Amino acid sequence: MNDSITVEGLSKKYEIGTQVKETMLRERIVNLFASPFRKKAPTETIWALRDVSFRVREGEVLGIIGRNGAGKSSLLKILSKITFPTEGRFKVNGRVASLLEVGTGFHEELTGRENIFLNGSILGMKRKEVEARLDAIINFSGVERFIDTPIKRYSSGMRLRLGFAVAAHLDPDILIVDEVLAVGDAGFQKKCLSAMEGLRSGGRTVLFVSHNMAAVENLCSRAIWIDNGRVRQDGPARETIAAYMETFADALRSSRDLSQVEGRRGSGEIRYTGLEFLSPDGDRKTVTRSGDSLVLRFHYLASAPVNYPSFGLRLTTELGTLLTDTSTWHHGVSMPEIPPGAGYLDLEIDMLNLMPARYVLSLWLTGPGGHLFDCLEHSVSLDIEPANIYQSGKTLDSRFGVVFFPQRWNLHGLNVENAASFSAPPSLPEASKNVAQEKV
Amino acid sequence: MKSEWLSEIWRFRELLYFLAWRDVKVRYKQAALGVAWAILQPLLTMIIFTVFFGRLAGVSGNGIPYPLAAFCALVPWTYFAATLSQAGNSLLANTNLITKVYFPRVLLPASVALGGLLDFLISASFLGGMMVYYRVRPSWALLLYPLFVLATMILVVGVSMLLAALNVRFRDVKYAIPFLIQIWFFVTPIIYPASFIPKRLQPILAFNPMSGIVEGFRASLFPGQGFNMPLIATSLGITAALFVTGAIVFRNTERTFADII
Repeated sequence: MNDSITVEGLSKKYEIGTQVKETMLRERIVNLFASPFRKKAPTETIWALRDVSFRVREGEVLGIIGRNGAGKSSLLKILSKITFPTEGRFKVNGRVASLLEVGTGFHEELTGRENIFLNGSILGMKRKEVEARLDAIINFSGVERFIDTPIKRYSSGMRLRLGFAVAAHLDPDILIVDEVLAVGDAGFQKKCLSAMEGLRSGGRTVLFVSHNMAAVENLCSRAIWIDNGRVRQDGPARETIAAYMETFADALRSSRDLSQVEGRRGSGEIRYTGLEFLSPDGDRKTVTRSGDSLVLRFHYLASAPVNYPSFGLRLTTELGTLLTDTSTWHHGVSMPEIPPGAGYLDLEIDMLNLMPARYVLSLWLTGPGGHLFDCLEHSVSLDIEPANIYQSGKTLDSRFGVVFFPQRWNLHGLNVENAASFSAPPSLPEASKNVAQEKV
Repeated sequence: MKSEWLSEIWRFRELLYFLAWRDVKVRYKQAALGVAWAILQPLLTMIIFTVFFGRLAGVSGNGIPYPLAAFCALVPWTYFAATLSQAGNSLLANTNLITKVYFPRVLLPASVALGGLLDFLISASFLGGMMVYYRVRPSWALLLYPLFVLATMILVVGVSMLLAALNVRFRDVKYAIPFLIQIWFFVTPIIYPASFIPKRLQPILAFNPMSGIVEGFRASLFPGQGFNMPLIATSLGITAALFVTGAIVFRNTERTFADII
């Protein structure tokens, strides 16, 4: 399979002077005369991109992620030939269409229909191609009623829909998309994503920049993480996204120091000293997502021997709704004696069926007869991040409930012939399995 | 390298037509006077100058009625001036395109030159009407008229490329353009015949490429004039030089447009 895009050692430098660069010709002329007498102002150099290299195969959908200002847009601009690299080179094989902004080239005074032709032409379509697809474009946009009204009467949502409708019918070999989906309501985003899905299955190469991790994970088999102008990670989408999101988590969140918490109740012969969030492998877990496996490590310190203690945890929503109250007692765990000293025990949760939100943990330690050793109410918060829980690429948040269950829809009972085709496209783990097999 | 640039422009030729069409459409969409404006501008200018120069200063048109001689030159001049001022600013006016889409940037000033031809055509038709009114019989030289139209286009695109590229880098060029056009108007023999300028200053006149072109227009319409070959040849030569210079400057600064605009 051929390489669709090859990038070698791409670098882009911007100069930022402490002195405002002369933007006026008269200033330039003055400076020409005055410069022998003036000290050269120091200019700061910013490398928006530094030695970026990667290859994209034909038909691959590559996600590009990174913080704002990391250099993603600069990379796209260079690949779209809008700006030129300072160093390095790149090669693209085939026609490129870039969606760096939707509705590029729209002119206010022209009607929607006229703008379709203008926009299409700007994006590289020949007039005949636009004509052939005109009806499909108008249908997709959903603005049929207003297609012959000047664009200046359109709302921003309508402009977006029209712009994307044109772009979705572009039929390029390579499509470069830069966060254009950030605008637009949920219904439209769904439409755009499925249009891009259609492109993917059509065998086109797509470069997709987005902050919507669920969309990236669903659409892209591979992702590149750009950090401070460099490629920090390049690999399977899921791993790259996970690595990227780790950096967002507060370092403190991976463990909580509970030794000095105020307002705790209880006699205190045995107390909690800390709480750690770990993955099943035992590594610190800085980001917890819906559906993750989680190990909670309860660190304690016993100042005296303790008999038959019970370690417990209460999980509530931010608003205080009790979600679960679990303890070693609930599980029938019986510990005759715990000697003085420090130690820990792990609570292994197979699957956190919680929707993304902030949750609050309360910890308690009791003994026989309801004796309270230690109680820390609402002392630890846990943020659950979104994940692709139903393999549909949708970011589902707390509007859709507090819990979710592993599930699928079975359409066999529908009174239609091709019920199977209604289901979402094959979920990504399968797709990447195929790719892996091909490689071998 | 140069051929790559040209082949890219050829590949995007449809966009050139679209941009030109867009400018024309927008210009006429909400204009009440619309088409009439293409005629009114040179016509009113001609009338004013006829009154002040033709009558009062007693400037003659060298055998051609003054209004006709003036209008004949005003037609290409109006095209030149309007195109230059719009094309010179075309890059800045389309910042959103330049920073978001790839296409040969030269299409922007070029499409202005192309779109302006419509107005040229309209006012030239009116000129034809005037010639009928004054009972002027053109000769075979009329065939050269389109040649001078082409020369005007080449000149205006060349200078536009130069100014547009400079304008992106130095923002006050935008304010210099109207001033430049005004001066240019007076050093070109539009409202006065070339013979008006004393013989020893004629070479300076030749430096202005528009002089030769305007004289060429006059000569092609009014055969009695005769072609002032040295003047016209010099002007065409300078036109070509300006075009090449403008193209080189434009191409070299094109890479930085998106970064500094």
